[in-house]
Amino acid sequence: MISAKKLPGILFLMLGSTLLANGEPTAADAIFMVNNTWMLVSTFLVFIMHLGFACLESGLTQSKNTVNILFKNVSIIAIGILTYAVCGFNLMYPGEFNGYFGFSSFGITNPSGTAGLIGYADGAYTYFTDFIFQAMFAATAATIVSGAVAERIKLSSFLIFSTVYVAIIYPVAGSWKWGAGWLDQLGFYDFAGSTLVHSVGGWAAIVGAILVGPRIGKFGQNGKIKPILGHNMPLAAIGVFLLWFGWYGFNGGSVLSADPGGVSLVFVTTTLAAAAGVIGAMITSWYVSKKPDLSMILNGSLAGLVGITAGADVISPMNSVLVGFIAGVIVVLSVIQLDKMKIDDPVGAISVHLICGIWGTLAVGIFSAEHSLSVQALGVLSYGLFCLISSFLIFSALQYSVGLRVSEDEEIIGLDIGEHDMESYAGFQIFTVE
Amino acid sequence: MKLIIAIIQPEELPAIKEELLKRSIHKFTVTNARGQGKEIPVQEVYRGISHEITLLKKVRMEIAVNDDFVDPAVEAITTVAKKDGEKGRGKIFILPIEECIRIRTGETGKDAIG
Repeated sequence: MISAKKLPGILFLMLGSTLLANGEPTAADAIFMVNNTWMLVSTFLVFIMHLGFACLESGLTQSKNTVNILFKNVSIIAIGILTYAVCGFNLMYPGEFNGYFGFSSFGITNPSGTAGLIGYADGAYTYFTDFIFQAMFAATAATIVSGAVAERIKLSSFLIFSTVYVAIIYPVAGSWKWGAGWLDQLGFYDFAGSTLVHSVGGWAAIVGAILVGPRIGKFGQNGKIKPILGHNMPLAAIGVFLLWFGWYGFNGGSVLSADPGGVSLVFVTTTLAAAAGVIGAMITSWYVSKKPDLSMILNGSLAGLVGITAGADVISPMNSVLVGFIAGVIVVLSVIQLDKMKIDDPVGAISVHLICGIWGTLAVGIFSAEHSLSVQALGVLSYGLFCLISSFLIFSALQYSVGLRVSEDEEIIGLDIGEHDMESYAGFQIFTVE
Repeated sequence: MKLIIAIIQPEELPAIKEELLKRSIHKFTVTNARGQGKEIPVQEVYRGISHEITLLKKVRMEIAVNDDFVDPAVEAITTVAKKDGEKGRGKIFILPIEECIRIRTGETGKDAIG
């Protein structure tokens, strides 16, 4: 998903003057309309992913923390979009820059006249469409962290972290590739954000989960791992279906036009990978834990989707099945392994977004002849280092100032009462413990 | 034969359960309960209005034991339940049992409980 600013202006020269000229609309105008409409449809499909995250995270956590989870999910999309308008968009797409860090200006301003409309992206979409589509992506990266640190992080610390991360770290990291920065120059490829969105969120998620520590009771004596059950599987399933649904905008919109060949191929690879992810996770969880686990196949479909996101337009449909299937296998093993390493991730965010994001990015180097595995690996490493260090610094600063974690008593009673003085299921009888 | 009814804080349940098992008391029933004691009511906020919750979440445990096990059962509960001077830490009631019948075998009395 290269910024419009990088594309050559040849098409612009061909089509540019038509829309605003007097007289009958031309075929180019019609194509522009269709392109722009598809991009806006994609935008609201990505928006609905936030409902998916909200459902999935609240379903896979305890009922006593539901108000808190939903509060975070609603706040994050607001913070993500506002910070993207203030500085994120211009940090991520600074135009001409040194390839590492660039910033054009605060706020968003539509280039006037044709340059803001049909000329902006060679007839693919307007400046405003570009902004709002990218803004939805930014909010997605921040929301990934929320699930991994759920049920014990202080609301205030989390909100501060999200604001800084999505306002500065996400767009600066994004500029290296989508803003035509140094990794883009090297030929690094990430179609819709296996690395740029999912791993960037995932790296912060693993740092957060380690620094904030596991939930009370998750790891007992003698290395015994005790599951802390999610309270609503139907809600988790709804969340996953919504995320899958929204992914058609996430990947489909990353074609950056309504180009029939591109969009339809991406729909096919995206769908096949998600389906293969379900099957991969099903077989693995059935084999490893002797029972088919619903929460694992839910993670499996997301794993397939994250896995294909980097190469949805360059990996063949049959290879996308393989990419998705492997992602589904990896996600189950990763969830089990993280538990063994005493890293507590209530919803599997690290396994889905970080581990499968890395896999998807490397898969481009394996399954696409035009891209090199070593450059893909370099991209994974660079993003890993940058995000690990920056999220470590932000989380540590919070740890020593505001504090990262709620008190033990508050955690036991639940963050709904502790942080919000509010119940999520008033009138229901729910076991607070066990 | 005695029936011990204990009203406890929900968060103390796992630890009490563990203490009971340690003392070879394996059979008990647990239900959710709401109750009002002398504790300070909890303040909750809903859409900007704060309101008082006086009926608070508790757990009610029922443990039927032979006489020898009354003291260990009480001990299991009281070692865990907080005695920090705060009101609302719960109560333990001990009642005599007239008869006990195990449905599966028809055993009665002491054998049925154990």
